[in-house]
Amino acid sequence: MKRAAFSQPLMPVALLMPQLIIIAVFFYWPAWEAIYSSFFLQDPFGFGSNYVGADNYTRLAKSSEYAKVAGFTLFFTVVVTFLSLGIALLLAVKADKVIRGAKTYRTLLMWVYAVAPPVAGFLGSLLFDQNIGPITDLFAFFGYNLQIGLNYNDTAFAMIVVSVWKQIPVNFIFLLSGLQSIPVAVREAALIDNKSGTRRFWDITFPLLAPTAFFLLIINITYALFDTFGVIDIMVKGNPASNPITLVYKVYTDGFRGNDLGGSSAQSVVLMVLVLLLTVMQFRMLERRIHYT
Amino acid sequence: MATVSVTDISKTYPNGAQAVRPASFDIADGELIVLVGPSGCGKSTLLRMVAGLEDITTGDLRIGERVVNDLDPAERDIAMVFQNYALYPHMTVAKNMAYGLKNRGASKDAIATKVAEAAEMLSLTPLLDRRPSQLSGGQRQRVAMGRAIVRDPALFLFDEPLSNLDAKLRHQMRVEIRNLQRRLNVTAMYVTHDQVEAMTMADRIFVLNAGGIEQIGTPSEIYRTPASTFVASFMGAPPMNLLNGNADGGKVRVGESAVQMPCADGSVLLGIRPEEVAVSPMGTIPFKLTLIEELGASRLLHGTVAGQDFVVNAPNDDIALAEELMLEFPTNALHLFDAETGKRL
Repeated sequence: MKRAAFSQPLMPVALLMPQLIIIAVFFYWPAWEAIYSSFFLQDPFGFGSNYVGADNYTRLAKSSEYAKVAGFTLFFTVVVTFLSLGIALLLAVKADKVIRGAKTYRTLLMWVYAVAPPVAGFLGSLLFDQNIGPITDLFAFFGYNLQIGLNYNDTAFAMIVVSVWKQIPVNFIFLLSGLQSIPVAVREAALIDNKSGTRRFWDITFPLLAPTAFFLLIINITYALFDTFGVIDIMVKGNPASNPITLVYKVYTDGFRGNDLGGSSAQSVVLMVLVLLLTVMQFRMLERRIHYT
Repeated sequence: MATVSVTDISKTYPNGAQAVRPASFDIADGELIVLVGPSGCGKSTLLRMVAGLEDITTGDLRIGERVVNDLDPAERDIAMVFQNYALYPHMTVAKNMAYGLKNRGASKDAIATKVAEAAEMLSLTPLLDRRPSQLSGGQRQRVAMGRAIVRDPALFLFDEPLSNLDAKLRHQMRVEIRNLQRRLNVTAMYVTHDQVEAMTMADRIFVLNAGGIEQIGTPSEIYRTPASTFVASFMGAPPMNLLNGNADGGKVRVGESAVQMPCADGSVLLGIRPEEVAVSPMGTIPFKLTLIEELGASRLLHGTVAGQDFVVNAPNDDIALAEELMLEFPTNALHLFDAETGKRL
């Protein structure tokens, strides 16, 4: 790498400032605030706060409700990640083989990418609407009364469907470009070495796709944990009590609807640690294992 | 080990472009055939049709006794070495070589023995546990060869396997591939655009041009009796000199000079290889010298004969070089081509 020399010592600092300020204002400051306030118990009406040590954390650890939400979040994250990656992989593999009209076909598959999460949630809630939702109608046709926002399992189902649907195009784009970056000659060599298309996929194509897939795995876990907020918000219709919610949504309800800023802060610190772990894992794995060249 | 027999094979793409014009040929058991020609002449397409990587539009392809037109590449009993090696980047050298065998249901012991043998033959034994990314270009090329050898195929296919190597390594690998092919006695088809590779390696050369086979022959046949001006100028470096001339009563006139050459009257192209021209004061053909290229063992004299570009490959002895030289064309080194069609007369 080339080393640049600055004659004035303040110049590099000035050049770095905009970036540093943005990070400080939008990340370090709120993060610090969250950590700080997680050790306090706030007055619900905003008149003051008392230092309570690690009480907020011990409360979380003992809370059966928190455990239940954490359990659902885990389930939700695993299912959403698995389905959105799996379906996208299937679509990408199939789209990769399409020769005629490939561009149109691929564009159609990426379409949903342009839909903003709240809009996706809204579209989803329309599809599952009690009165006019076609999916509700479909279930009714088979004799099942789908009740989004009322029935815990039904809501969870709808949340998963909409979240997966929203995430497939992103995965599809990455996986397709990953597939297309596998050298043609390597695939042809495999064609000569192995007769079975399925075996070729798992022996050659999939391992070569692994760097992309692993990157997407982390992205999808993060998506399911955090970015599904809009979808959940629309689905539970401001009525989280009887409905499944994820940890991030609980941070929001406890903090802004329950006015328990200390507890909510403690929860967000837990999430922060989780993200940190994911990031560390991603960097380690990417550096050590999955790259071949 | 097998013969290959091709009958009227051709390739037309869906958009109507004809990549390979109907061609028929046979390859004997253990023979090494080199397909040579400029870019886009269809040589790679022809090879890929034999491999099964491209569909055959018309015609029959036989490897051994079987018609293999509709068989998958994996069922054709072939092995192919690609230009970019096409090794599996996530597998070690040993696994790269073993993969094809494993899929054919060979036993673990059999695979291990074969891989060890091939590695020994190619001096790859110390590298068996490495990944392709940890190998040099020449080593990767060897692994690609090893992968082909362990399969014990009826037919070896090489698609410009040496074009990614530097000149010195290319020469070494050329000899190595040739030796290996002889030792294993496997029928092989080898595609290259390098005419030196074609000349040095082939039992027979197929010269391709614009989707069709221009000439089939041993290297010396191709060199001594090229069937057309295309072959004459493609094979040989520097290419054969071609002079526009006029045949008239048993003589071919080029400008002011004439050479004895019996043929029908009319316009012809007179061909002579640069290395067969002699510079001599007794010569009858005047040559204007414009540039000298030193090659070490000899030198190339660039200039004109009767206003047409001409190259002489002269031995590096003390001939007096001047701007005007006299050349002698030995009669047995002369070639005549039809000026219209370029075919040999």
